[in-house]
Amino acid sequence: MSSVASVHSLWTVAAEVPGRIPAPHIEYAQLSPTLIVLGAAVIGILVETVLPRSSRYYAQLALSVVALAAAFAAVIGLAAGGFGSSKARIAAMGAIAVDGPALFLQGTILLVSLVAVFTFAERRLDPAAHGKKVDSFAAQAAAVPGGAAEQAAVKAGFTTTEVFPIALFAIGGMLIFPSANDLLMLFVALEVFSLPLYILCALARRQRLLSQEAAVKYFLLGAFSSAFLLFGIALLYGYAGTVTYAGIAEVVSDGAKQIDPALAGTMGNDALLLIGAALVLMGLLFKVGAVPFHMWTPDVYQGAPTPVTGFMAAATKVAAFGALLRLLYVVLPGMRWDWRPVMWGVAIVTMLGGAIVAITQTDIKRLLAYSSIAHAGFILAGVIATSEDGISSVLFYLGAYSFVTLGAFAVVTLVRDAGGEATHLSKWAGLGRRSPLVAAVFAVFLLAFAGIPLTSGFAGKFAVFKAAAQSGAGWLVVIGVISSAIAAFFYIRVIVLMFFSEPKADGPTVAVPSPLTTTAIAIGVAVTLVLGLAPQYFLDLAGQAGVFIR
Amino acid sequence: MNPVYYLYLAALLFTIGGAGVLIRRNAIVVFMCIELMLNACNLAFVTFSRMHGNLDGQIIAFFTMVVAAAEVVVGLAIIVSIFRTRHTASVDDASLMKL
Repeated sequence: MSSVASVHSLWTVAAEVPGRIPAPHIEYAQLSPTLIVLGAAVIGILVETVLPRSSRYYAQLALSVVALAAAFAAVIGLAAGGFGSSKARIAAMGAIAVDGPALFLQGTILLVSLVAVFTFAERRLDPAAHGKKVDSFAAQAAAVPGGAAEQAAVKAGFTTTEVFPIALFAIGGMLIFPSANDLLMLFVALEVFSLPLYILCALARRQRLLSQEAAVKYFLLGAFSSAFLLFGIALLYGYAGTVTYAGIAEVVSDGAKQIDPALAGTMGNDALLLIGAALVLMGLLFKVGAVPFHMWTPDVYQGAPTPVTGFMAAATKVAAFGALLRLLYVVLPGMRWDWRPVMWGVAIVTMLGGAIVAITQTDIKRLLAYSSIAHAGFILAGVIATSEDGISSVLFYLGAYSFVTLGAFAVVTLVRDAGGEATHLSKWAGLGRRSPLVAAVFAVFLLAFAGIPLTSGFAGKFAVFKAAAQSGAGWLVVIGVISSAIAAFFYIRVIVLMFFSEPKADGPTVAVPSPLTTTAIAIGVAVTLVLGLAPQYFLDLAGQAGVFIR
Repeated sequence: MNPVYYLYLAALLFTIGGAGVLIRRNAIVVFMCIELMLNACNLAFVTFSRMHGNLDGQIIAFFTMVVAAAEVVVGLAIIVSIFRTRHTASVDDASLMKL
């Protein structure tokens, strides 16, 4: 009891005047990518209040594009300055790591987000409302769907230009997430990118009931999972007495050597470590969309506005896998004999579950959602490798996969009928006869998802499975190849449907997009083919980036 | 008093919140249960902070409160918008996309 009293006196004896509290030392230059994006988001909010409605769209688009490009340039500058390799360090008083994986993933997220912003800004697909061009976001999200307020808003030509700053906030959180170096930062970054995503999901212009339903499901389940994550953080804090990754890793691997007897009940208590790590992993696996925690994915992907779905599917996955990698490789390598069997199981059910359930889907957005679940399983196979190859293969896979996903969802926005996007698969029948180019582009993305050689999907899958096999996870690779084959079946089925069946008389039309969406799709195709034909340079890049700082 | 009791209380509150999320059908009540879980986390943080004799846990509790407040803003906005559309906040009725 006496030692507890002495512990207590740490903050109860401060009757004397507290000494000067030193200001924290922040390396602004090394944090510049995140700061640029978040600063631009704040300016974007100001733009909303200051500028008249008519000029907001162009101002927001220009601001977002400039901010993302500048942040990407900052990432390149940091990488060229050696922060990805020799000068890797921990910045912001231990809260943020600036190292190879962090910079690689930040660069990927920024590029993907830049392309996603192009699809957000598309205003030529929806027919003009009352002579004013509209994008795929609600005229006024607060108005009741079908009500008088909504009709007035549509008539006045309102558009929700707030989506750009909201997306920038989400991107800022995603940039911090894979580079967070303590558990508090991890939690705050998770919320900073999740909360804007919940809002974005609710903003569709067409089918607003579905959109709102997707948002409420995503929000309730996301908040539920982040509560688990937070409780896990609390238990890990109780276990180690600190929330920094290095501090926890030290206690995990050294055991509890120099423990205060008063703390013997908590510090170094394995029950706290195991339960805490499991809860934190649960929170991250939810964001990744791995199988026991995947139930939100199909509904949210289907209901959210398609540009948002593409952004979410690509960028969130990159950020969440980055955080998962850092947690498993930096904090918990000392207990990998405990978490590897569990992650084996998760990877197997994720691969098989995603691939098998996808076969039964009739909606193209749900199909892509289940395909993203299967891909989460493939990436998990690389995560489990616990080797340098494992890290670099996962980095490469994330880069390749995110552009394919974004491109595929951008194509989905083009195929339309009177009710908006025609997402039911039966309507895609014969699309290849009517618009060969769009169908061919979509076929390229599907082949990349399936992992056919000469596309980026093959290079990524090969790298991930090779890393897994080298680490002794042979059975996992066998199951991965089997589920790839199952997945290839439904990808090929869509291609057959598009090219080898007769188009229906009342089929959808393919809208002619503005250069924005065309650019987005073209970048998707280009990255898919370049990473498929000449992956070596990028594999080397990912290989150089594959070392975490501790 | 042994601070471990506060940990038991935190675990109990967390479990009650988690069970409430799974059992209750009104989106607002579900959301309140999630807030209860976050507050249980706060109690655990503060207790561990007391036991370890460092201030990290108390600081984290402040961050959690701020995050929870932001979550309320976003969550209530979404729940109110779906309530105004459907005149119900039941999570069972939000089933347009069920297979």
